[in-house]
Amino acid sequence: MHNSTCHCGNVYNVAITGNPNVGKSVIFNYFTNMYTDVSNYPGTTIDVICGRCGAYVFSDVPGIYGLSGFTEEERLARDIILRSDIAVNVVDASHLERDLFLTQHLIDAGIPIIVVLNMMDEAKEQGIYIKIDELEKELGVPVVPAVAVNKNGLDLLLKKLPEAKTGNITPKLQEKVDLNTPSRPEALLIAEGDEDIAGRNSCRPGNYRDELYRLRRKRVNEIVDKVVREITVEASLSAKIGRLMLKPATGIPLLLITLLAIYQLIGVFVAQTVVGYIEEVIMGQYYQPLVRHILSGVVTEDSALWSVLVGQFGLLTMAVTYLFGLLLPLIFGFQLVLSILEDSGYLPRIATLLDRLLIGMGLNGQAVIPLILGFGCVTMATISTRMLGSDREKLIAIFLLAFAVPCSAQMAIITSMIAGLGFFYVLAYGLILFTVMVGAGTLLAKVIPGSSTDLWIDLPPVRLPRLANVLKKTWIKSAEFIKEAAPLFAAGALFLSLLKITGGLTFIENLLVPITVHWLGLPKEAAGGFILGFIRREFGTAGLFTTPMDPVQQFVALITITFFVPCIATAMIIFKERGWKQGAAIWLVIFVLAFIIGGLVAKFIQVINTMPGVSVMPVLAGLALIVLSVVLWVNWKSEGILKT
Amino acid sequence: MTLDKAKRGQQLIIRKIPDELVRAQAIRFGITEGSVITCEEIVPAGPVVVRRSKQEIAIGRNLAKNIDVDLIQ
Repeated sequence: MHNSTCHCGNVYNVAITGNPNVGKSVIFNYFTNMYTDVSNYPGTTIDVICGRCGAYVFSDVPGIYGLSGFTEEERLARDIILRSDIAVNVVDASHLERDLFLTQHLIDAGIPIIVVLNMMDEAKEQGIYIKIDELEKELGVPVVPAVAVNKNGLDLLLKKLPEAKTGNITPKLQEKVDLNTPSRPEALLIAEGDEDIAGRNSCRPGNYRDELYRLRRKRVNEIVDKVVREITVEASLSAKIGRLMLKPATGIPLLLITLLAIYQLIGVFVAQTVVGYIEEVIMGQYYQPLVRHILSGVVTEDSALWSVLVGQFGLLTMAVTYLFGLLLPLIFGFQLVLSILEDSGYLPRIATLLDRLLIGMGLNGQAVIPLILGFGCVTMATISTRMLGSDREKLIAIFLLAFAVPCSAQMAIITSMIAGLGFFYVLAYGLILFTVMVGAGTLLAKVIPGSSTDLWIDLPPVRLPRLANVLKKTWIKSAEFIKEAAPLFAAGALFLSLLKITGGLTFIENLLVPITVHWLGLPKEAAGGFILGFIRREFGTAGLFTTPMDPVQQFVALITITFFVPCIATAMIIFKERGWKQGAAIWLVIFVLAFIIGGLVAKFIQVINTMPGVSVMPVLAGLALIVLSVVLWVNWKSEGILKT
Repeated sequence: MTLDKAKRGQQLIIRKIPDELVRAQAIRFGITEGSVITCEEIVPAGPVVVRRSKQEIAIGRNLAKNIDVDLIQ
């Protein structure tokens, strides 16, 4: 196993292709012993995860429904497939009618393929029987049945890879496209009106898409009629649950219950019980005293080195305690929840349920997926905005992600801080976050010209997530976080210690007094937190944690840092995706807005405080609810479907 | 009638999908002019969920307005 670029001598490039959610990554992981998931290809450069197995270099290609190039993701997939020698086409046995369209598309393009008939177990449960010999004969390519998650059929697949071949093309295809050319895939795609490919070959795109797609669909339907035998089985429990998730009457309560369950798991169990024990007992009572004790024999106490290593921002104390005592368990919790959501098929149903709300925000329901993934990692979620249908939607989604979606690391610290303050603090925080997100989206939708594209989303079957896969995914993402964050965190802590020793920190703190003390009402030491926040928002949040503050100050500080500028990694991706001008504008707007919102919340709290006999947080939560209602009303009116 | 006027549980036959891009997208999922679908759910003011064999798709309300269908008795 090694992580190579896709071009080596004497090897075959194998693209693992298929519709979304059919088990491509499972097969890729089995062959290469590497771990990938769908969001694992970085950047705008075409640099997809590859892995080697014998003479084959496999690439894990994003899921597509055809070689069409309708979205950025599809164009990326198309280009990898065109550069590969053979393709492993994974199809879902229970969705043959849908999946074989891509199969036939690959065959028509003249790409040698081998078909993996995956999820045979699910098909059987649904009463679907497939004549595999017949399917092989119709397609003219080898077909291997498999249950990839149980590793059934995969060794046979590897053995049969050399048998991959070009299959039987759609009848009448040769009347429209010249198939006797060395660049046959390109010739087909140009005839189907692919503008990129036509541009690259400096010729005009053809207008045969409609006709060829119809012929191909007809051909696929004929094959399916011949090879599939279906018996009616009673609607399964999973289908019934899927339905309940969609109906607003049951779907919205289900969504709220899900959120509450997540809060109970992460906000109460992990953030208070687990973190409380690790941070206070293991780290506070054993680890830190031990480190100080050992070090006191070597380093003079209260020297510069001493404060760098074990002082307020100590490398061995603060950095280690936050990384392993606080962040790791909480990030593990968040990633666990996200993995379960991703694997269960719930996300597309949330997208359907919330489509109307998101249309008012200039997006459509599909944007729920990047927005929710953002609560895991905003950087990855920013890349995943490529699945959205228009440039306007990408811009709005990227802005909202950078502005109003705290990633798991930041949520981790926020949760552990705010959960201790009490229920109304959590409620007010949640309402303000949601209000600002919907408000910003609604405003952007009004300002940026254009309208939302329409939702068209595949609802995969509701599945019980497999524990092994969920745990593996969670573990790998958490470990990746520690690897990436630890050096940066250490550098940030070191930087702050040095600033403190040299007196630079006091200087900056005094400089920022008008903002921190007068506008936000925080102690001036909070400035250190915001400095760290430029690197990563969760460092900023952790930095604020080191300054003693009363509950209201903590709340204002948390609100401000929540909307603070995105981490360096996210900023880089934004610059890459949107260009430096727009990127810089997004960054600066967010920077200013964070302090405006934080200050407004602080002022509101001051005003509420002057009213006798009123408790602050319930009133603030109530106020947020009123603002939210107004925002939702504007959202509803803005592109009122019911108006027409 | 148009797809957004459908009611839950109705069987429909697709008559016309005017937009070319939507038509191409629909064809890939197995939905063409002439194919039979079932309306599975209508989210109020939101998408229409349709099913063809085992495939479920949520279609935005504005898009559904532009798809002509006939009711199968």
